Amino acid sequence: MNNIGLTHILFISCGLFFIGIYGFLTRRNLITMLMSIELILNSVNINFVAFNKFLWADKLDGLFFSLFNITIAAAEAAVAIAIIINLYRHYKSIDVEVTDTMKF
Amino acid sequence: MKEIVFYILAAAILVGGLLAVTSRRIFRAAVYLLFSLIGIAGLYFYLNYEFIGAVQIVVYVGGIIVLMLFSIFLTQGSGEDMKKPLLGRVIFSALAAIFGCGLVMSFINGHEFTYSAKPALDPSAENIGFQMLNTAQYGYILPFEVVSMLLLASMIACIVIAIKIKVPAHAILPDNPRYHDDIDLPKELVLEENEVVA
Repeated sequence: MNNIGLTHILFISCGLFFIGIYGFLTRRNLITMLMSIELILNSVNINFVAFNKFLWADKLDGLFFSLFNITIAAAEAAVAIAIIINLYRHYKSIDVEVTDTMKF
Repeated sequence: MKEIVFYILAAAILVGGLLAVTSRRIFRAAVYLLFSLIGIAGLYFYLNYEFIGAVQIVVYVGGIIVLMLFSIFLTQGSGEDMKKPLLGRVIFSALAAIFGCGLVMSFINGHEFTYSAKPALDPSAENIGFQMLNTAQYGYILPFEVVSMLLLASMIACIVIAIKIKVPAHAILPDNPRYHDDIDLPKELVLEENEVVA
């Protein structure tokens, strides 16, 4: 009955990872690039949780890696958005073609 | 029945993600990303990992998406559409993504996973909390403390980066040895050549 296995979930996370890669390569707006990075990080989290569930169900290590990943992703998003707001004050734009120097 | 739920979740995750990276309206892209993240939280609930599903909803949906919407309104607003990406860039990025995806999927398909036969440990909040704050072997107290320091550091960094700087007096006097002309000054603070400051 229950034939949804590890492979199905790995297919989802693989698809999500490469959707994120596509967005990161095509987008030229800093906030949407950040969204693509969030998609990539989430696909990694799905992998950790799925491996923990199907291969090492007697431990919780994959779960802890996902928890720390989520925490660090939140910190990263907050710092990135602070930088984006600061860049917008200087250049009045958040396009990566315009914001080509990091001089503060 | 469980399969139907799984495929609905999969469709929500993948279609949401795809629309989030292709939509040309930035506000809509954020909302599509929201659907994708909720689908991922649903996948965690589907795998019976309730705690991490709840964390996903609280941190991503309640935190990061709201932060992104605020930053959209603080910067360009949701008004105009974004520019279309260059056609060549789209083609080559799509090719790279599709071939990479096919390669990884063929690896996954050909690999035989050895499933563990040991009895499963209940991923309840009790077990998670016990192991996370445990100082014995396989306890996660050290990464926990390191992450708390990281969160404090990133909070301070956000304040330092995003705060508006009050211009110090020596910054507006060209004679001062500490004068630095890179700082953006408000117009009324910029002095003429011979103007004297009391």
